[in-house]
Parts: sequence; C-alpha cells; structure tokens
Amino acid sequence: MLLAHLPALVIVIPLICAPLCVLLRGKDWAFIVALLATWASFACSVLLTIQVMKVGTISYAMGGWAPPYGIEIRLDALNVFILLIVSGIGSVVAPYARNSLLLEHIEERAYMFYCAYLLCLCGLMGVAVTGDAFNLFVFLEISSLSSYVLIALGSDRRALTAAYQYLVMGTIGATFIVIAVGLLYQATGTLNMADIANRLPEAGYTNRTVIAAFAFMVIGAGLKIAIFPLHQWLPNAYTYAPNIVSAFLAATATKVSVYILLRFVFSVFGVEFSFVSLPTAIPLLVLAVLAMFLPSIVACFQTNVKRVLAYSSVAQIGYMVLGLGFVSVAGLTASILHLFNHALMKGALFLVLGAVFYRIGSCNIDRMAGLAKQMPWTMAAFVGGGLSLIGVPLTAGFISKWYLILAALEKGWWYIVVLIVVSSLIAVVYVFRVIEAAYFRDAPDDLVNVAEAPISLLAPAWILVFANFYFGVETSISVGIAERAAQSLMGAG
Amino acid sequence: MGDWEFIVGHYNYWIAIFLAMTGLYIVIARGNLIKKLVGLNVFQSSVFILYISLAKVEGGTAPILARGIDIYSNPLPHVLILTAIVVGVATTALGLALVVRIRGEYGTIEEDDIHSQDESM
Repeated sequence: MLLAHLPALVIVIPLICAPLCVLLRGKDWAFIVALLATWASFACSVLLTIQVMKVGTISYAMGGWAPPYGIEIRLDALNVFILLIVSGIGSVVAPYARNSLLLEHIEERAYMFYCAYLLCLCGLMGVAVTGDAFNLFVFLEISSLSSYVLIALGSDRRALTAAYQYLVMGTIGATFIVIAVGLLYQATGTLNMADIANRLPEAGYTNRTVIAAFAFMVIGAGLKIAIFPLHQWLPNAYTYAPNIVSAFLAATATKVSVYILLRFVFSVFGVEFSFVSLPTAIPLLVLAVLAMFLPSIVACFQTNVKRVLAYSSVAQIGYMVLGLGFVSVAGLTASILHLFNHALMKGALFLVLGAVFYRIGSCNIDRMAGLAKQMPWTMAAFVGGGLSLIGVPLTAGFISKWYLILAALEKGWWYIVVLIVVSSLIAVVYVFRVIEAAYFRDAPDDLVNVAEAPISLLAPAWILVFANFYFGVETSISVGIAERAAQSLMGAG
Repeated sequence: MGDWEFIVGHYNYWIAIFLAMTGLYIVIARGNLIKKLVGLNVFQSSVFILYISLAKVEGGTAPILARGIDIYSNPLPHVLILTAIVVGVATTALGLALVVRIRGEYGTIEEDDIHSQDESM
C-alpha cells in the first residue's frame, strides 16, 4: 500500500531525484525531473495534512524498526504545516528556475543547480518530519550544505564570500545543536524526541547537563534562524544569492530553523523546564523587539532592494520570536501563522525582484525608477507583496499581526502592541521607498524601453501574491492548523 | 567528591572544552580563510571526542560480539559520530572549494584584503 508510506515518500522522492538530475545532464531533463519531484512532494504533503487533520498524529517507523530504537517519522499539525510551507514554496518556485538561471550564467551547469535544489528541499522537509533528534541534525546539514552551494552560484563574486560566511556560521550553529543532542542523550539515554520529552522530568529540571543542552540548542537554532544579533550571515547571503535561491531560502530555510526551536523548547524540553524553571522568555522578548526595530531601520537606508528585503527578513523573524516569547497558545498561534504568511510574502517579493533583475540586470532602487510604466504587472505584484509585508488589512501579513496583537493584549502587555504597530510603520517606509521610485520617478535614460517580464517568471510571483490575499481573507485553513499546532505544543508541556 | 576528583574525573570534558574553545578562537581571530576552516575542524573534532568519551563504559571492551564478553562500550555514539565525521568532511570540502573560488576572484584569501576590495567580508 503506497499511501501508508507517504511519510517516507515525501522526502525519498527528492532525495532519489537529486542524483537523477546529475545523471541525466541535459538541462531540460533535469528541469522536468526537478519539477515533477517537487510537485510530487507537495502532493504528498497535502495528502499527509489531510490525514493528520482527520486522524491526528501519524507515526511511521523508518525501515520497519520500531521507535524509539529505529528512526521515527512523526507528524502532527506543526510538522505538516512546515512540510506544506516548504514543499508548497518549493513547487511554486521550481518553474521559475528555467528562465531565471539563464541570467545567472549557470545555464550549462543547470543540472547541478537542480540537484542542489532538490537536496535542499529534501533536507528541509526531512527536518520537518523526523522524530529523531540526531536525524534532525543530519537533515539540517543536508539542507545547509546544499544551500551554501546554491548561494555560491550567484553571479556577483560577493556570493562566494557570503556563502563562505554562512558556511562558517551555519556549521557552528549545527555543531551547537549536535552538542545539545549529545548532552540530551547522555541525560536520557535516547534520541527519539518524544522519548526524550518523557524521560527529561526523571533527569530533573536542575540537572546541569540538561541545562547546558538547552543553552546549546537555543543558541545553535538561533544562529540558523538568524535571531538578532546572530543574523550577520543573512543579509549578504540573501543579497548575492541567485534570485530564485533568495526567494526559496527566505521563504523556507529560516522557517524550518524556527520549527527546530519551537519543537525543542516546547515539546522536548517542555514549557515547565524552558520557561518556568529557566528565565528564557524575557531575553527572547527583548531580542525580538530589538530585531523588530534595528534591522528595519537599517533596511530603510539600503540601495539594493534585495538587501532591503533581507534586513526586513531579520525584522520579521523578530515577530515570530516575539510570539514564541509570550508562552501562550495565542502567542504560538501568531508565531506559527507568521511562519506561513511570511513565507508567502517574502517568496512573492523575491520572485518579483527576480523578474526585475531579468529585465534590467539590477535590483538597485535607482535603476528601478519609473519601472511601473514598463513592467506594470511586475510592479503591481511588488505592491501586493509589499502591502502584505506591512500588514495592511485583507492581506496575510495583517492576519499574523492581528493575532500577535491579540496575544499581547491577552497578556495585558499594551506597550508591546504599540511596539508592533510602530515597527510596522517602519516597514511602510522601506516598502514605499521602492514603490515611490517605481511609480513616481522617471526612468533612467538607458532604461526607457524595458519589456514586461516573461510569463514563466510572473506566474509564480502572482500565485504567491494571490495567496497573500487569499489567506488574508479566508483564514480558516491557516489559522486552523496553526491553532492546533500551538495547542499541541503548549499541551505537551 | 573533592575538587581534585571533580577535575580529574571529568578530564574528557576538559579536553573537549579546551579543543572547542581553541577551534572557535581560531575561527574568530584568524583572517586567513583556510585557517578559519582549520579552526572549524578543531571545533568539530572536540564534539567527536565528547561523544566518543560519553560512550565509554568502565571496564568495557570494544562492542563486538564474542564469547565471554559481557561489558562493552555503547556503540551508538560511535555510529552517530561516524555520520558527523562524514558531514564534517563534506563541510570542509565545500569550504575549501569556496576558498579556491574566492582566491580566483579576489586573488587573496586574507579577510582584510577581501574586505578592502568590496567590503564583502
């Protein structure tokens, strides 16, 4: 029965198709294989989501070895939600690759790109589905190594130094996570995450090994998430990576890392340990608020629009960590919801910039002046994504901020509400700088005859823009899953 | 337990901590991109040693199936570290490949010299 093996198939398909891309060589064949593999994974994720929503948690024993001895794939509402985000963005972005790669001068080695892309997808989804702590590290490294390759493919030579920097920081982060896993194994004698959670109370909340493991895990995951001030690798990596890679990684990689933090802090260590016996919430809240403001202000002074969006990503991560720091079902719902909504808006905006780059060869704000006349559809998509990024009503961005504000009010922290609103106003500044240039300024002399972007680039961007508006109005799916995930996270503590 | 027993009894941890700090120091303090990777390797090795030493059972032998052997070290961390070593090798290989490309583009592998060219490091 194939359906019973869906939890394994969702990661095995891209894993097997990745070397297939290299074996087939031809850029068309590799493209078709990559496209089919991502779409198949997305189909599996949708089926799994329906299954989880119907019957609750799914447990799958990898290779027939019963957990906790074998590796378990464990899917609850949070897992499938992350799975949906990653595979969904992966399948929207994949068709974009063909035209986008033409421009990055890597067309003749396109099969390498598709291979790394599928491996990255496989690693990210693997992190989302696995129930084994060490397995999680291995999948994380699969995704990280392939994302270093993807970033280094950028046409600017600074892509190389950005990839190198990310490699060093990412490896330190991942190694911190291994140290944490090792210490947890020492304290509990198991690697299965559900099993660790069961045995930790036995080890005791004052156990120094467990506290050290917690510290290593939070810092390690924080490096991968790019929690302010551990975000130094992110702006360069997103700016100089090929456009399609920026779109894919901005929408998925940090989200998966946030998942690791959520899973370990709430499910494995438990609320009791993480927030009652240790004062974790306050530092997280302070860092989150700093992240909401400082990178946003920096974003207002950038001339490269990709860099604006990269700094904005660091700021948006602040909102996710903020919701986490509330330690309530409402706060977690807002956090998880923002994972999803932010993937939609940043994916859309980076795809739009890819289309701009395709025509004018730059993402500089001055070069984009007057572009709305020549590329109306492209710039309209930017406005759509930008409105969602600001959090204007009827967009997905508004929904996540609304829930975040509700969670703050529930706690009675009205000053946090003020901070959320004020930080959104900074987003208005950096988004409107671009819109002002594109709509109200005259084009540079050499850029008066620019054609609209091809449909293969516009369609994926518009699908995501449309999703931003759809999930800004029809919230039952996204809020429903996020709420269930939040309840199970808080309940596990 | 006296202080002395605490220090001597945990000698494997002291070695791991010393190696980890040495590695991180090299990563932070050295401007040469190859030396940074060396530091990263030292840092990762410290974790390998931490894991391997966790597996040691007092009086135990190697975990092989043979008659008359009842006490043996825990083989699971050994297996985990085999995987982690592979990951480390892949990371080093990729890092070195990036350094080769960086040298091709910038003509140097010193962080400061690269920074002075286009402020990217």
